[in-house]
Amino acid sequence: MAGKLDLDATVVARARALAARAGQPVVDLARSHTTVSVERAVLRLAGVTGADPDGIPWVNRLVDAVRADVGLGHGVAVPVFHAMETTGVEDVTVLAQKAAAGSVRFTVPAAPGRARQRARRATAAGLKRIDRRRAERDRLIKRHGDPKQRPWIYLIVATGDIYEDIPQAQAAARAGADVIAVIRSTGQSLLDYVPEGATREGFAGTYATQENFRLMRAALDETSKEVGRYVRLTNYASGLCMPEIATLAGLERLDMMLNDSMYGILFRDINPIRTFVDQRFSRQIHARAGIVINTGEDNYLTTADAVEAAHTVTVSQLMNEYFAHEAGLADWQLGLGHAFEINPDLPDSFRLELAHALLARELFPDAPLKWMPPTKHMTGDVFRGNLLDGFFNLAGALTGQGILLVGMMTEAVVTPWLSDRDIALQNVRYVLNGAGNLHEDFTPGPFIRGRANQVLSEAIDLLERIVDDGMLNAIADGTFGIMKRPADRGKGLDGVEKQDEDYYNPVVEDL
Amino acid sequence: MIIRPYGDTTGDGMVQLSFTLPIPHDKRAEGAALQLAGKMGMDPAMLVHAKQMGDGYTFFVVYGKVNHLVDTDKVHVVERDFPLLSAKEVNAAIKRRLRRRLNVVGACIGTDAHTVGIDAILNLKGIAGEKGLEYYSELSVTNMGAQVSVPDLVETAREKKADAVLVSQVVTQRDAHLQNTRAMSAAFREALPAGRRPLLIVGGPRFDELMAGELGVDRIFSRGTTPREVASYLVHALAGSPA
Repeated sequence: MAGKLDLDATVVARARALAARAGQPVVDLARSHTTVSVERAVLRLAGVTGADPDGIPWVNRLVDAVRADVGLGHGVAVPVFHAMETTGVEDVTVLAQKAAAGSVRFTVPAAPGRARQRARRATAAGLKRIDRRRAERDRLIKRHGDPKQRPWIYLIVATGDIYEDIPQAQAAARAGADVIAVIRSTGQSLLDYVPEGATREGFAGTYATQENFRLMRAALDETSKEVGRYVRLTNYASGLCMPEIATLAGLERLDMMLNDSMYGILFRDINPIRTFVDQRFSRQIHARAGIVINTGEDNYLTTADAVEAAHTVTVSQLMNEYFAHEAGLADWQLGLGHAFEINPDLPDSFRLELAHALLARELFPDAPLKWMPPTKHMTGDVFRGNLLDGFFNLAGALTGQGILLVGMMTEAVVTPWLSDRDIALQNVRYVLNGAGNLHEDFTPGPFIRGRANQVLSEAIDLLERIVDDGMLNAIADGTFGIMKRPADRGKGLDGVEKQDEDYYNPVVEDL
Repeated sequence: MIIRPYGDTTGDGMVQLSFTLPIPHDKRAEGAALQLAGKMGMDPAMLVHAKQMGDGYTFFVVYGKVNHLVDTDKVHVVERDFPLLSAKEVNAAIKRRLRRRLNVVGACIGTDAHTVGIDAILNLKGIAGEKGLEYYSELSVTNMGAQVSVPDLVETAREKKADAVLVSQVVTQRDAHLQNTRAMSAAFREALPAGRRPLLIVGGPRFDELMAGELGVDRIFSRGTTPREVASYLVHALAGSPA
């Protein structure tokens, strides 16, 4: 499918080089800071589990206790494992409980060698569990097989109750879904802890917890056997607990995670530095766990105009690619996002959509692009919505998208009903069955080629400005999705600390 | 005026209806669907489509005639009770009566990240070919964007000496838009005395325009509202309608 747009290879290379230059200072920032959530993820890998009677996880209590005594700049691993040694406590969760009760004091030993060694042994055991889950996924894919067609069909369930979600997810898989995403409860991204246990109450979604992950994965393993293809499970490594959720996803064999480099900053007003530090660590975990990330460029177009801002999507995709590669993710793990959000009343709107979608396809030929359905121009007119979704599906097939999020005609009306999902899947099946191979016959003309090249050149102009201005300033100025997010503001900033000279993170050592 | 639904002939009373019943598809299920349609007042009802979904559910489409009459004189809605002005008239009225620019602060509150509504009304770009409030030279607009907390909104309104506060709620679940609106209006009542409180306006597709009093706001705008309507209302409420 490569080569339909006549993209100039030197221009594409220039775009990538600019993205790397723009991203480098952010990577430096991420490498020189740590956050409460990164440190909590380390402790989760080291074996801290469970929560106190108020539902606050022991990892939170332990990180808070360490921080109160010695700060985060050394990393929590050394003070924690040094305390294990001095107190003689063998179980790190027990240590967390004692620390929460105030009976442990944390110090940084002058010779940290032994504590480092012990910490690394503990976290290596956690990483080994992630490795085993990855091998298990490979085995199951071999046994049950991948979906027959591309794009993979991605469906959302979200009832708030994991025990309601399970039968709905299984039904969706039987009806043709290849990927199930369990939408999170509204506002979880702003919780600075990961809730514990199976949950039955949520707002427009279900809490991401380790137990919910485990339950849903087990149910979909059963369904995979039944339908004869491996059904993938998706959740959200975003918000203030991104590194921990990535870790839990690896431990419970989730297959895809939403993990955008800037979504939290722009749409949740999370502090930019917090986000970039958390994101780098979570991507390193995803790389290790064989998880495909989904980025969130589609969101820019819900606030900005999809034609005027088309190049911001390209810029963000290039940045996401750079950050992902830097963190160790391979191309097959990059579900770069984009969306069908052009005003349908605009003349040639569909041709413009094809141009944008093909541009993404050809810029990232080995990435399983995530193609997102219309939301902004969906109205209460469900009949028109169904037609728009049909064209969205056609654009997906015609431009070789990797993952297709099924659009609902009742978008902006209700959370999808059973019948909405059924009608939406019929729509997808009709298009893929009737026109799934139409890309073989599709050669774009000058309009689409011209538009794609124009977007690419606007993207390069913007990247040049970002290189000159600095990425953090660009975010502060509202370059992406119109929202202005200065680096010294936003939620979660108080959970960021600069790494000291002796900072030690046993997980990063192994990643 | 007394009217009936219209299919293709005046007075035919035809409507369409779709729904799902939690039973597998068979003759009995079709009968059950027709029974429901009958109880909803469709007589005769025609079952035109039935499709089983999964193991235990069937989706139906029913067309049929209803005998109910609708009396348009007995309908209660919020009619526009102010004149619709052009941008020029809006600016002129503010200049003449207020002798200063009118300050507007807008935001999406709660967890709603969808700024499409507030942006359509405030951003220069506007919607449907109509420019947003930023275009009006006599309006000074502060758009705080998405996920603004109520205390931040009150603080900004105070700081900007807002004459009017516009709040948008697009995506909502379990009546979050109503709870958020009540919290917002309560916060303004608490923070500012009656005379210094800005005009409170909320908008969004899920609001009922009749609920303004109940929610403690001055005005609710629902689906399809344009910037010009909002600007005209601001003039009417804050600068008195022009003669």
